Amino acid sequence: MELIQLAVPVLLKGLWMTLTLTALSVAIGFNLGLGLAILRGSDNSWLSGFARYYSIVFRGTPLLVQIFLIYYGLGQIKFIHDTPAMWWVVSEGSRCAVLALALNTAAYTSEILRGGLVAVPAGLVEAAKACGMSRMTRFRRIEFPLAIRQALPAYGNEIVLMVKGTSLASTITVLEITGYAKRLMSQTFAIFEVFAIAGVLYLVLNLVLIGIMRLVERRLMRHTGSAPQIRSATMQQPI
Amino acid sequence: MEFGLVQVWEGGWVGAILRGAAVTIAVGVASMIFGLIIGTICGLIKWRAVFGLSQMVDLYTSVIRGVPELLIIYLLFFGSVEFVTKIATAFGFAELADAGYAFFITVAAISAISGAYSTEVIRGALAAIPKGHIEAAVALGLPSRRIFARIIAPQMLRIAFPGINNVWQTTIKDTALVSVVGLQELMRTAFIGAGSTHNPLIFYSIAALVYLMITLTSQVGFNRVETLLSPRKGA
Repeated sequence: MELIQLAVPVLLKGLWMTLTLTALSVAIGFNLGLGLAILRGSDNSWLSGFARYYSIVFRGTPLLVQIFLIYYGLGQIKFIHDTPAMWWVVSEGSRCAVLALALNTAAYTSEILRGGLVAVPAGLVEAAKACGMSRMTRFRRIEFPLAIRQALPAYGNEIVLMVKGTSLASTITVLEITGYAKRLMSQTFAIFEVFAIAGVLYLVLNLVLIGIMRLVERRLMRHTGSAPQIRSATMQQPI
Repeated sequence: MEFGLVQVWEGGWVGAILRGAAVTIAVGVASMIFGLIIGTICGLIKWRAVFGLSQMVDLYTSVIRGVPELLIIYLLFFGSVEFVTKIATAFGFAELADAGYAFFITVAAISAISGAYSTEVIRGALAAIPKGHIEAAVALGLPSRRIFARIIAPQMLRIAFPGINNVWQTTIKDTALVSVVGLQELMRTAFIGAGSTHNPLIFYSIAALVYLMITLTSQVGFNRVETLLSPRKGA
């Protein structure tokens, strides 16, 4: 009991950091990913090639390497060291973590959204063109709404992966749930108990996020009149 | 400050990085094999809905897939370090334990993680096998071991293969996490190199490049096997 009184407030403090990291990196990463998904479909082979290689590099290397490269490596480049705005980002752990997580999730998000964009029936796009819609209007009113509905289940999984990814921020001095849990483990030696409390926090957080995604999904799909298909597991499907 | 690729070569870091990469691949392959064994057993349990066991498997996969990998590694590593050292010292294997211990616990942790993901992949593949095939085999009076070997296993393998490929890609990337508990794999080597030469940029870039080479090469291999496994058109 004493342990719970000691550990829970500390880990809840970490939960706040975990939430902030997740929210910021998902918000930035979604927009970057959307941009990349659009570039990927571009006719310009330089632009679509850039988006493709970006996605290969960020999905082909571990997130930990990306975090370390940004936190320890980027400060070495003179240009970044001398530009105040860039130095502001790389000089502090939590900002580096957000940058790394956002760049990482952008790559996965771009793949998910591209899948949705590719699945938009060509006839609808042609009809929109025939109606004289501009490219922007077409994207805003036809392609994006259809693509996001298609992509939503997979994107929910990606958000859960991001929540888990924030734990790596603890390796660069950011104290979120895992960071505090590690500290508590070495202070109290109650390894399993601390793990259990931290694990429950993560599980509850993930369940809540999945619940929210389901609600969004149901709201977006309400024209079909039926609830979205129920996916078997509560956690994310393998990617 | 003048430190470049030449110094990496002269400092003997190339050999260290290659050794690290070999450890990474060894951990990845071993964990993947154990993970597939766990996944096949747990997948079968879930598919058959064995009462009691199936709920335990559900708990296992939900916890592992919902909790950060790093936290699981901390649990297994800190949770066992005292226990294992005691046992090993009692039997007089203290030095041996130090060397093999990190590797062993690493493989255990990564196997547990990759096993949870494999379970879901294999369960999905089993569920995708047409029921009629199994019913036909039962009607023919085949013994259940042969039904598994001839009807279930080959179809399961084919359907699960793309999913297994995904699990492998995440597994090899997850091995980087165990560098935080001290196993001298690729990431740890890069960390040491970065620390002792004060040049993290080069060392982490090299590490990223080596990881990328591992994932891309294995991707090519997996794609080849996948075309071999897929049913031929018109046959």
